[in-house]
Amino acid sequence: MHVGTGASIAFWIMAVVAVVSASGVILLKDIFRAALLLVVSFLSIAGIFVTLNADFIAAVQVLIYAGAISILLIFAILLTRDVQEGNPSNRLKIPGMFMGAVLLTALIVVFVNTEWRLSTEAPLDSTTAALADLLFSNKFVLAFEIASVLLLAAMIGAVVLARGEDE
Amino acid sequence: MHGDYFNDYTAVLIASVAGVVLVLTAFVGSLLLSPRARSALKDIPYECGIEPVGDQWSQMHFRYYPFAILFLIFDVEAVFLFPWAVVFLSPFLTSAIFYEMLIFIGILGFGLLYSWKKGVLDWR
Repeated sequence: MHVGTGASIAFWIMAVVAVVSASGVILLKDIFRAALLLVVSFLSIAGIFVTLNADFIAAVQVLIYAGAISILLIFAILLTRDVQEGNPSNRLKIPGMFMGAVLLTALIVVFVNTEWRLSTEAPLDSTTAALADLLFSNKFVLAFEIASVLLLAAMIGAVVLARGEDE
Repeated sequence: MHGDYFNDYTAVLIASVAGVVLVLTAFVGSLLLSPRARSALKDIPYECGIEPVGDQWSQMHFRYYPFAILFLIFDVEAVFLFPWAVVFLSPFLTSAIFYEMLIFIGILGFGLLYSWKKGVLDWR
């Protein structure tokens, strides 16, 4: 996709949707609706990745974030008792605001001090194919196989934790 | 490599516009056409049938959770399958790519076997 008016319009629509739904996640009292809005935010961010020519990242965003992470979140909400009561105590309001202010300041400092350079390289036709050529070549195939070992460790760890004491 | 078809998002745009228009026409159409007669009886979830009892929120059982975690792992595996599928028939790569993915899936298969053996897949 070339950067044109269509891409800019798409970017702005999805950026607004992402920001509005992300604010909804914070502002809504109903935690289940907040989780659903989080999915909307994830999906619009995937769209933004598409406008950035990052088609593989967009697919990963949809699969992992909009698919798996949100499923895990919604499962966690569904498993919780008395969700409708919401968050009963607001004792951590002041520390939360403090941490938010610190994070915002850090981000602003980083944004201001970063030298934003534009690449002169033409965007790739298909990032997925380019990525695969690297991933399955002799260069990175070991890292690729090790990733499966990492996933295996995560799976076994999850099974051990989920099974608990009744073994 | 693939021509312009895979990088053309016009189809996505048309599908999104069509989706929004379809849903909007359904809502607006029902708003304009339907007669409205509201009553407390009509607002219950099942207008004819057994009246709902208890709270609207029902807690799910914990035994669903390991399935969600297993799904997460295999979802990550599926992410690696995408680039593999794209270059599978590429002339630049040897047939080793097939065995590379076979090893990858095989290692994850051990995890599935482990959770099977541990009874995670049993419904108790």
